[in-house]
Amino acid sequence: MSILSPAALAARPSKVRSTHPLVVTLDQQSAPRVLFSGDRLLEIDLPAGARVVYPRPPIEALKDVDAAIRYALNHPLNCDPLHAKLRPGMKVVIAIDDVSLPLPPMRRPDARERVLTIVLQMLADHGVEDVEIIIATSIHRRMTGEEVRHAVGDRIYDAYWPDRLYNHDAEDPKGMKLVGATDHGEVVELNRRAVESDLLIYVNVNLVPMDGGHKSVAVGLCGYRSLRAHHNPHVMRECWSYMDPSKSALATSVERMGRLVEKALNVFHIETTLNNRMFDRPLEMLHRNEDDWSGADRAAYKGLAFTLSKLPQAARQAIFQRVPSPYGVTGVFAGECEAVHERTLERCSSQYLVPLQGQADILVAGIPYISPYNVNSFLNPLLVQVMAQGYLFNLYKGAPVVRKGGAMIIFHPCTDHFDKEHHAPYVDFFHDVLPQTRDAAVMHKEFEEKFANNPAYIEMYRRGHAYHPAHPFYMWYWGEAGRQHLGRVIVVGADNDYVPRLLGWETARSFPEALAMASGNKRDPEITMLHIPPIVMADMAV
Amino acid sequence: MAASFFDVDGTLVRTNLLHPTAFYLANQPNPLRSVLSLARAAAGAPRMALAEMVDRRRFNELLFAVYKGISSDRLNILADDAFEASMRRAVYPGARDLVQRCREQGHEVVLVSGALDLLMDRLAAHVGATAVIANRLEFQDGYATGKLRRPIVAGPEKARLVREWAKGRGEDLDECFAYSDSYSDVPMLSVVGHPCVVNPDLRLEKLARTYAWPVIHLDRGGKRGAMSGFLERLP
Repeated sequence: MSILSPAALAARPSKVRSTHPLVVTLDQQSAPRVLFSGDRLLEIDLPAGARVVYPRPPIEALKDVDAAIRYALNHPLNCDPLHAKLRPGMKVVIAIDDVSLPLPPMRRPDARERVLTIVLQMLADHGVEDVEIIIATSIHRRMTGEEVRHAVGDRIYDAYWPDRLYNHDAEDPKGMKLVGATDHGEVVELNRRAVESDLLIYVNVNLVPMDGGHKSVAVGLCGYRSLRAHHNPHVMRECWSYMDPSKSALATSVERMGRLVEKALNVFHIETTLNNRMFDRPLEMLHRNEDDWSGADRAAYKGLAFTLSKLPQAARQAIFQRVPSPYGVTGVFAGECEAVHERTLERCSSQYLVPLQGQADILVAGIPYISPYNVNSFLNPLLVQVMAQGYLFNLYKGAPVVRKGGAMIIFHPCTDHFDKEHHAPYVDFFHDVLPQTRDAAVMHKEFEEKFANNPAYIEMYRRGHAYHPAHPFYMWYWGEAGRQHLGRVIVVGADNDYVPRLLGWETARSFPEALAMASGNKRDPEITMLHIPPIVMADMAV
Repeated sequence: MAASFFDVDGTLVRTNLLHPTAFYLANQPNPLRSVLSLARAAAGAPRMALAEMVDRRRFNELLFAVYKGISSDRLNILADDAFEASMRRAVYPGARDLVQRCREQGHEVVLVSGALDLLMDRLAAHVGATAVIANRLEFQDGYATGKLRRPIVAGPEKARLVREWAKGRGEDLDECFAYSDSYSDVPMLSVVGHPCVVNPDLRLEKLARTYAWPVIHLDRGGKRGAMSGFLERLP
C-alpha cells in the first residue's frame, strides 16, 4: 500500500499531506507511476513523499439517456419547453459542438446524435421544416464528412449533409452578421444564418468547465473579429484558471458577449455532461493507483507498453485514434443559458475536482497524444506547449498546483512534425514568428493581424481542413498564464533540443536529472504529479 | 507593400491554353478556313504534346503558331466571346473570393499566364486583378505572324518577369505571394516569400508538403486531397 502510515507521515519532513483518498503520497515501496509521453507509455519512479493526484472514478452514467433528453426539453430551466417555442414555417438553426469535443471522440452514439435525433423529430412533429445544422467550429478546422457522420449518426448525416448540415465559415464575407458590441467594446459578430433564424438551438457536449455556457454561441459561431476581444495575451494572463469561470477573464469577456447574444437572439441551450471514462479495457487501469493494479492489469500495461515501443509513430497514433472512448452521459440540461450551465458546472465539478492542500514546488505530468486541436492528426510542438502550459497547468480551481516560480516537468518527444493540412499555418508560426519572439504581447501587436489575414491560409481554412491562421497565435497565448507563473519547464524524453529551446523550455535526459534541475538548491521540494488522462482537476487550498 | 502573383490555367480557371485557341480556330471568317485551321492544329498536336512534356516555352511557341494569318481586328472582336465561351464559366468558385481577399490586404494582384494578353485583360477585370503579365502575339500589317513577342511567358521565365515586375514597383518579394497549380511554375513560386500551390498534381503536392507550402483546392469544393494523408506520412 502506498499511502503512508501515520507514523511515517509524522516522520516525513514534508509540509503537505494527503487530504483525500485520490491524493496518494508515495513511499519507498510504491510501484512506479505510469504516464503518457505522447503516444507511448512510460514508468517513472517518483521520490518518497511525492504526491500523485488521481482522477475520480467515472460517475455512473444515466440509464436512459433518451428519456433524460426528453425530460430536459419538456422541463427546461428558466424558459418555456422547446415544443412551446415551435411553430410551423419557422426558420431554425441547430448548432453543435465540433470535433474538439469530447476528447477523445466518444463511442457511437455520440451525445450529439442522441439529442439531435429527438430534437429533429420534435421539430418535424411541429411542422418545422426549415432546419439547418451548423457545426460551431469558430476558427477551428472544418470537420470531414466522416467525422461529422461519427458525431451525428448515419441517419442524420445521410439526410442533411452537406446542404443542411455543414461547417461554420467565419471567413465567408456574406456569411457573418454583426450583432452588436458590449459596453466593454467587444464586437459580437456571428454566423448570419444563426442570427437570422427564428430559433437557435445549441447542442453542447460538455467535457470540462471551460466548455459550454455562453461560450457555445458567442465563440462557436463567431469569427476572428470577435475572438480578438478575449483571445489575446492581456486577457489570458488574467485567467486563474480557464477551468474556473469565476476566476477567468476569458470567461468573463465571453459572458458579456453571450449576454448580448441572448438578448438579440432566441436561443435554447441543451447541454450534456459526460463522465471521465476515457479508457475501456484493457486500458481502464490507467484510471487507478498503480499500487492497486492486479497482475492482469500489470500484464496488460506491460504488453501495451512493449507493443507501442516497437511500433512506428504512425501506427501508435492509429491505435489510439481508432479507439473511441466509452464515455457515459451523466446529465442533460436544457433551457436558458446561465441556468443550464450552472447545472452543468455542478456536474463537471463532481466528476473532476479532487481536494488538494498546499502548492507544490514541482509539478510532474505526462503529455498525452491528444489535445482538442489534433483529433485525427499529430500533436505538434505548439500543441505540446498548449497541453503543458495551457491545459495541464490550468487543471485547478483556487490556486495553481505549483507555486509561483515553481517548475513543471513534462514528458514528451517534442518531435518537430506538423500535420501539413490541419496545422499548415502553425509551421510558419513555429519556424518564422517564434524564433523572432516568445513575447506574446509583441506577437499580438506586431505579427498577429497580418498573419491572421494571410489569404492562402484563410483559403485553406475555408475550403480545406486547416485551422485559421490566427489559431497558432491563440495557442501561444493559451499558455500565457502558465508561462507567467512557472519558473521553468523541463522536458524529459525530447528527441531534439531546438524545439524545447524555441518554446523556452529546458531538456533533461532522464527524470532524475530533471528532478535535480527542478529542485535547484532546495533539499526537499514538494513534488506533485497529476495522473492524467483521464482528466482530474485540483481543488487547491493554499 | 506586397503583391500576389497568380498563374491562371488550372489555378484560377479550369481551362487551359487550348480552349480559347480552339474557339478562335473554330470561328474563322468562313467554315472552310475553320476546318483547315483545326485540322492543321490537330496535325501538330503530337509535337505540342511532346513539347509540353519537355519545354513549356516551346509548347507555347508551337501552340500560338496556329494563330498565323488571323487579323488583329478579328482577335480583338472575338476576345469578348472567347472569354465568355472558354473562361468566364470556368473560373473556380473560390477564385474571386481569393483575389478579393488579396486586394483587401492591399496587394496588387497580378495574373501571370502563358495565355494571350487580350484574354487575360478580360479575366483580370472579371476576378478583380490589377495587372497582367501574359503572352503577346506578334503582328505584321495587322495580321498575326504566328510568333510570340519576347519575352515568352512560361516556366522559369515567369520567375524573372515576377522579379522584374516587383522590382519596378518597389515591392518586397519576401512579402509577396504566388499561386500556381503547375510544377513548371516552381521557379515562380520560389522567388516569393509566400508560395502557395493550388489544385496541385501529385508531384507538386509532394513538393509543397516537403516545404510546408500551403496547399489549397479551389477545384474540389473543400474536400481533403485524396493523397493528403499518404503524403504527410512520407519522409
